Order: sequence, then structure tokens, then C-alpha cells
Amino acid sequence: MTQLLIEQALNGLQFGLMLFLLAAGLTLVFGIMDMINLAHGSLYMAGAYFAAAATQASGSFLVGIAVAMLATALLGALVELVLLRRLYARSHLAQVLATFALILIFNEAVRVIWGAQPVLLNAPDEFSGPVNIGGFFYPSYRLLIIVVGALVAALLYVLVTRTRVGMWVRAGASNREMTEALGINVRLLFTAVFAFGAALCALAGALLGPLLAVEVGMGESILILAFVVIVIGGIGSMRGALVGSLLVGLVDTLGRAALPALLRSVLSADVASNLGPALASILIYVLMAAVLFWRPEGLFPARG
Amino acid sequence: MGLYESSRERRWAAVAMLFALAALPWLLQLLDQGFYISFASRLLIFALAATSLNLVIGFGGMVSFGHAAFFGAGAYCVAILAESGVVSAALAWPLAVGVSALLALLIGALSLRTRGVYFIMITLAFAQMVYYLVVSLKAWGGDDGLALARRSLLPGLDLSNDTSFFFVVLAILALVLIALDRLAHSRFGRVIQSIRENETRMEALGYPVFSYKLVCFVIGGGLAGLAGALLVNQTGLASPNLLHWLQSGTLMVMVVLGGVGSVYGGVVGALFLLLGEELLVEITPHWQIGLGLLLLAVVLWAPLGIAGLFGWGRRRE
Repeated sequence: MTQLLIEQALNGLQFGLMLFLLAAGLTLVFGIMDMINLAHGSLYMAGAYFAAAATQASGSFLVGIAVAMLATALLGALVELVLLRRLYARSHLAQVLATFALILIFNEAVRVIWGAQPVLLNAPDEFSGPVNIGGFFYPSYRLLIIVVGALVAALLYVLVTRTRVGMWVRAGASNREMTEALGINVRLLFTAVFAFGAALCALAGALLGPLLAVEVGMGESILILAFVVIVIGGIGSMRGALVGSLLVGLVDTLGRAALPALLRSVLSADVASNLGPALASILIYVLMAAVLFWRPEGLFPARG
Repeated sequence: MGLYESSRERRWAAVAMLFALAALPWLLQLLDQGFYISFASRLLIFALAATSLNLVIGFGGMVSFGHAAFFGAGAYCVAILAESGVVSAALAWPLAVGVSALLALLIGALSLRTRGVYFIMITLAFAQMVYYLVVSLKAWGGDDGLALARRSLLPGLDLSNDTSFFFVVLAILALVLIALDRLAHSRFGRVIQSIRENETRMEALGYPVFSYKLVCFVIGGGLAGLAGALLVNQTGLASPNLLHWLQSGTLMVMVVLGGVGSVYGGVVGALFLLLGEELLVEITPHWQIGLGLLLLAVVLWAPLGIAGLFGWGRRRE
């Protein structure tokens, strides 16, 4: 039982860190420009497809990831320059609609290029087996994801809290007008942030590709989770995104693993097997509603 | 500014539209295209659903991203009632409205504590909750949804006849539109629209802003439930897709496409979107790209939607 719990906790950690890669970019877009970008999940999908294509062409997973990050960053910058720029001053409704349209376009474009069937993206051979950690076996590829995710999270944290560019980004997120008045080119900064966020999406897409299916629509389900994360954490807050991601990753994974068993000890087996999965799947939404109920601005509000 | 403007001409246009629609079944019969009558019912049902969302978004200024929850709740309610033997429309449909309204009361009371982006997200989260709850409950069909063996029973009318069903849907939509037109000009309508324009001022004037918004949200939810109850009768299946967030997005698209805050905006948007889909499918299997580009064009160049192009809607965003 303890071993199972540790394993599930590691899975939750791994999922949470990948969520963080998406949420980090999303929360900055949200925070700085007050812009709802539903198409963030499409960049994640694009990243996964780019990675699959580049890995197949080059034979190297590492090259695949690098190409995917670069290509997706370019794609993100392009989308920002051509379309999203025009939407910053518009209502949230207009933003939701325009980026919803982008989802349709991206999904269909992927179908045109790669077809409707999921494409294959395999983990590198060196990471195909399990590895022994402290007495039990854990898939080495998942461990790799945890390590990479933690490294990137640490790097991001240093970048945002310790560097000059990071300072501009934080200033932009908490008060855009004032930052502009102080002479920072927030528009340019934002294009850069957006491209960077897109690259992180691609990284998440490429890393998760071998675990989940690389298919049309993969962006939407994870997008909603990323939104849950940043709303829990507080829009525009990097720390909030990290805490929110880990919270959502752990609660979701552990809930799915433990809740049915817990219910079985209280209720009859029949009711528990019916109710368990249902409750587990809505657990994070309950968490989000609870956070918003008691702290309507999220756990770490960015705007002072 | 920004109130529902209802000119005499527009009313005449609506009446003319109504008569044209009433003649539709005969016209289709004449052209030997009877199959399309069911599609026409579907159009009107989505028009009703979009209108209900337009009440919440355009009228009350609450950008709800979880309207599918109420739409789906109405559909599931009718299907579940039918499973347990309640097949009377006079009983099942009002119950569906009631259940959806109750759900809207619950979700609205919690969500309206937040505003802006947070409101959009929390309504989305609640709708997802309902979606996952229904999908994981095997008693309600899970992923497969719940089939409705036969349409609800209405004394004196055979709803299983597509033409009769179409007229019932048309009558309901017309009544709802008339009621909303009246509502827009009532005291409640004026207050809720003023709240949309300037919430702080209305609060300072002593209006119970929260209650007004909640009532508006609940009416919208109830009407969406009615649309859901009709839709399950049209398709014969309460599918989890009705509760999916893409459904909320689609309804929102209809509202913005037609015209936010225009009484007929929802109708125009639903007709335009569904007919556009039907036409684009004929042209290319990749019609979604065309649809996406069309939406982008509307957002960028026609922010008041199609109704706005003809000067029917609110005058500014």
C-alpha cells in the first residue's frame, strides 16, 4: 500500500510538473495582457506533433524535442504578432471566441497534415525499462520527466525572480501601464514571453507524447487543467502556477488511486465502484471551486 | 445606451420570419425534402439554447463558459424521467426546466462571487464537474449517453411526427422570444442592463446587484434546460457531448456570431452557424478551417455580430 502510494505520488509529481510547463506560459499571458488564450493547448499539440515528426526524421528524441521547441516558439510568435496583438484591448468574450476559432483551425490543420489517426512518438530506448529506486521499480522515462520538469521549473524560477528580464515580466504582470511608463517595451517583451511559453508547451507535449497519445484534441483536455491550475494559483503568479500544478497533479492522481479504495471501506462495494471514479474525476474542480470560494483571487494573487 | 432597441420594423421582420418558418414544412414537402424538417427543428432548438445564453452574456453581462451544463441537464432530465416511466411532456419538460434552473441557482450563487476572468473559469469548472460526473456514472449511460426510446407525449399532438414536433418547437421559441422582448423592456430588464453597463453605480444606487444577476443567470439556465429537453426529443439521445465544454464554446460562438445583447442575436447566430456547417461540409471535409477563419473575421471586423451588421443589436461592444 505504501509502495503504491509512493508510486502514485511520483506519478502525480510528474504530471504536475508537466502541467506547470503549460501553466507557466499561460499564467504570464493571462497576467500581463489580461488575455484569455484558449489556443495554448493547441501549441502543446503542435509541439507534440513537431516532436514526433522531427524524431522520426532524425532518429533522435533529443533532436526531436529541440526542433519541436524551436518550431513551436516560432509558431507562437507568429500567432501573437498576426492575431493575438489585436485582441489585447478587446473584451474577454472576443478573446475567447477568437482563440476558440484558433483551436478549430489548428485541429483541422493537424488533421490535414498528419491525418486523423494518432501518430507514434516513442521514448528513447535507453529509457524504456524500469529503474530501481529505494526498493521498488519505477519507469525510468517517468523519472526522466520528473528530473527535466524539476530542472526547468527551477530555471524558470531563477529566470523570473532573479534576472532583469524576469523583473520586467513580473512588473508587467502586476501593473502593465506603470511598467510601460517606466520605459519597458511591454509589447516586445510580451511577444518574447509568448514564444517562450510556446516552447515550454512544446517541451511538455514532446515529453508527454510517449505516455499519452499524440492526437488531435490532446490540447483541449490538458488546457482546461492548466486553467484550473492558474486560477487556483492566482493569475499571473509564477509561484502560484508551480504550487497549483503540483497540487492539481497530486490531488488528481492520488484521488484516482485512493478514493475508490477509501470509499469501499465506508460504503458498499457496489456503490463505491460507481461513485469512486465519478468523485475522483471531479476532485480538482471541487478543489478549484473551494479555492475560489475562500480566496477569489487564487492562492498567490499577482496584482497588488 | 446599449439597451435592447426594438423598433416597429424589427417586430414586423420577426413576424414575417415566423410566418415563413410556419410555412416551411409545406414548402419542404412540396420540394420532396421532408428529411430537412427534423434538421429545421434542430436549428430552432439551438436557436433557443443560444438565446438563453445571450440572455446571460449579452443582457446580464456575465460571460458564462459553462452553459452546456444546463443544456445537458435538461436533456438528461427528460431521458432519466423517461427511463423511470415519466413520459408526459407536460410533466417532464417543466421538470427539466426546474432542474436546470436549480443547477443554475447553485452554480450561479457560487460563481457570482467572482468576476471577470475568474467568473469565466469557475463556470467552466462547474460545467466540467457536471460533465465528468455524468460520464462516470454508469447508471446514466456513461460515455454512451442515455437513449430516449420515444418522444415525450403531449395530449392531442403526436410528437413522433416530425412536422408536429417542428411546430411545437417553433411555438415554444416564439413564446420565449416574445417573453424576452417584454423582459428587456421591463423594470427588471432595465436594471439588469444597467448593471451590465455600470455595476458599481447600480450598487451605490442601492440595487441588490447580486440577486438581479443571479435571477438572470437562473432564467438563462432554465431556458437552456428547456432547449435540452427539446433536443433530446429531437435526437433521441442524451449524449455527454451536450455537457462538454466545446458545447459551451459553440453556444458562445453562436451568440457572438449573431449579436451579443440583441434579442434575436442567438437565433441569427444559431441559424448561421448550423447552416454554414451544413454548407461547408458539402464543399470540403476540412470545413472547420473555414469556420475558424469566419469566426476570426467576425471577431476582428464585426464585433457586434451579424445582427450588428444590420443595425439590430446594441450599438457598441
